[in-house]
Amino acid sequence: MSASELKMVPSRDGFGRGLVKLGKENKDVVVLSADLTDSTRAAWFKKEFPDRFFGLGVAEQDMFGTAAGMALMGKIPFACTFGVFASGRAWDQIRVSIAYMNANVKIAGTHGGISVGPDGATHQALEEISLMRILPKMTVVVPCDAIEAQKATLEAAKIKGPVYLRLGRAPMPVITKEEDFFRIGKANILRDGKDLTIFACGQMVYESMLACDILEKEGVKARLINMHTPKPIDRDTIIKAAHETGAFVSVEEHTIAGGLGSAIAEVAAQAHSVPMKMVGIQNKFGVSGEPEELFEYFGLTPKKIVIAAKEVLRMKK
Amino acid sequence: MEKRPDIIYLQKKAIEIRKDILNMLTLAGSGHTGGSLSIVEILVSLYYYKLKNDPVNPSWPGRDRFLLSKGHACPALYAVLAHKGYFPRDMLWTLRKLGSPLQGHPQLGLAGVEISSGSLGQGLSIANGIALAARLDGLGIRVYCLLGDGETNEGQVWEAAMTASHYKLDNLCAIVDYNKLQIDGFCCEVKDPGDLKHKWESFGWSVLKVDGHDLQALMDSYDCAEKIKGRPTVIIADTVKGKGVSFIENKVEWHGIAPKKEECEKALQELDEALRKLA
Ligand SMILES: Cc1ncc(C[n+]2csc(CCOP(=O)(O)OP(=O)(O)O)c2C)c(N)n1
Ligand SMILES: [Mg+2]
Repeated sequence: MSASELKMVPSRDGFGRGLVKLGKENKDVVVLSADLTDSTRAAWFKKEFPDRFFGLGVAEQDMFGTAAGMALMGKIPFACTFGVFASGRAWDQIRVSIAYMNANVKIAGTHGGISVGPDGATHQALEEISLMRILPKMTVVVPCDAIEAQKATLEAAKIKGPVYLRLGRAPMPVITKEEDFFRIGKANILRDGKDLTIFACGQMVYESMLACDILEKEGVKARLINMHTPKPIDRDTIIKAAHETGAFVSVEEHTIAGGLGSAIAEVAAQAHSVPMKMVGIQNKFGVSGEPEELFEYFGLTPKKIVIAAKEVLRMKK
Repeated sequence: MEKRPDIIYLQKKAIEIRKDILNMLTLAGSGHTGGSLSIVEILVSLYYYKLKNDPVNPSWPGRDRFLLSKGHACPALYAVLAHKGYFPRDMLWTLRKLGSPLQGHPQLGLAGVEISSGSLGQGLSIANGIALAARLDGLGIRVYCLLGDGETNEGQVWEAAMTASHYKLDNLCAIVDYNKLQIDGFCCEVKDPGDLKHKWESFGWSVLKVDGHDLQALMDSYDCAEKIKGRPTVIIADTVKGKGVSFIENKVEWHGIAPKKEECEKALQELDEALRKLA
């Protein structure tokens, strides 16, 4: 499967489609935006349901509080902005006004990761998985493509309580199908193998597929797991993989401090510890560049995943 | 217009609430005395006159909402809720104790508490969300949100102020407990709020100023606010921090401490004296 054969669609588009679908199905769904209505695809909902759309201006803290108030009244608010401004600027508002009250607010953080590209570090969210998953009551989902993003949006509306959706700006390969099973909290095993397990989320699932192809040519059979839900993490799948494969690599377009890899390590270290390598951003801010250049620059490539895989195989022996 | 309760009854109620607040805080051994005592009349006039609510059915959807944004003043809210019958008055003595629903700052889940608060600056945004959702559903409720004057240092308050006027939330009434003190000192010295009336007006609100310990005037202001259409109203309630106890009034150091046993007894004597004068 090469990139040229795959459709390229940003995951935020899947979110936008999901919102419109939800709007038709459920009149309690409302959408809020903090002056990023087109970019977050909230505009697609606004066009169909102008009465249920609320612009808050450049005021993220106020937006999440307003969303909390609407949730207390039985609405299902989707509050949309860039991931950095959601998870960072409004963290205490999300903590107290949303998570502490278990308010039924869905947070759409688009422009996650370095694939934001030329806007650079201030706009590239690299910390949201950590910042959000440490909050009690919070669910965190990182869809691997636009189709999964649409499913995650619909599923998020069914959960009672706060959900953070991490979405991407740049077009990314569409690797799942409409009919594929998806449930928040249940990891998807994409390939089976016994030599090691590669866990990935977001676009890194695709990069990990390419890595598995390379490994396979060299006689290494890796199990590949799409960990689209960093929280609540699928413990059973992790522990089973620890027993059956004995070595882990995690891959995320996100800091390795507190992110997906950390979430997996927390489970494994306390249940059945195995050697592990984490591929991700290593204690750095982002920089400007095109997404492909940045994946290369930060080492988020199939080649680097393969190197990490070989390292854990050595550690395993 | 609703019938007003007997003013002497309300005044007595306010004193009883103050006594409960002092006892609660003394038993707890910590908490916020000054800012609890300053909001007693604001709460009594709301809960005993203005709010449409039902203590027996606290989650009745048609109720008016009261949001305590300045969450540290929750002893006053808890005492009023207990007197109204939301929960047994005995629960007041568990304030701040392990296992008590009367948390050090309000937590959703206790009957009558509408929001969790304690991190200042967040309540008005939530109030906006409630007011917007109520309008969307054609629910004729009113939303009240009580803020501290120091709390208005928070930028989010002004974000929310803009939102409320943009959406013309005339079902919303904010109240500022203008007691002129915050933790570090007098508000005008910590960060001068300037002309509060002018500030809120320039944000598109209608502004009422009232003596925040005058029950009759407070009831007038709530009625007046309800009649103002097309924009939100803020009531700037002129208050005294620590109101009702001579040695606590206007003392910055009484912001975040509880009375010791002897101090409590002295304070209760003053309040009993005030009760006798009323009778
Ligand atoms: C976001 C936040 N920062 C700091 C505090 C600590 N704090 C508690 S009360 C207070 C002063 C508030 O002053 P004011 O709103 O005037 O309260 P009041 O005088 O009514 O007690 C501060 C800074 C807090 N609770 N929340
Ligand atoms: Mg004050």
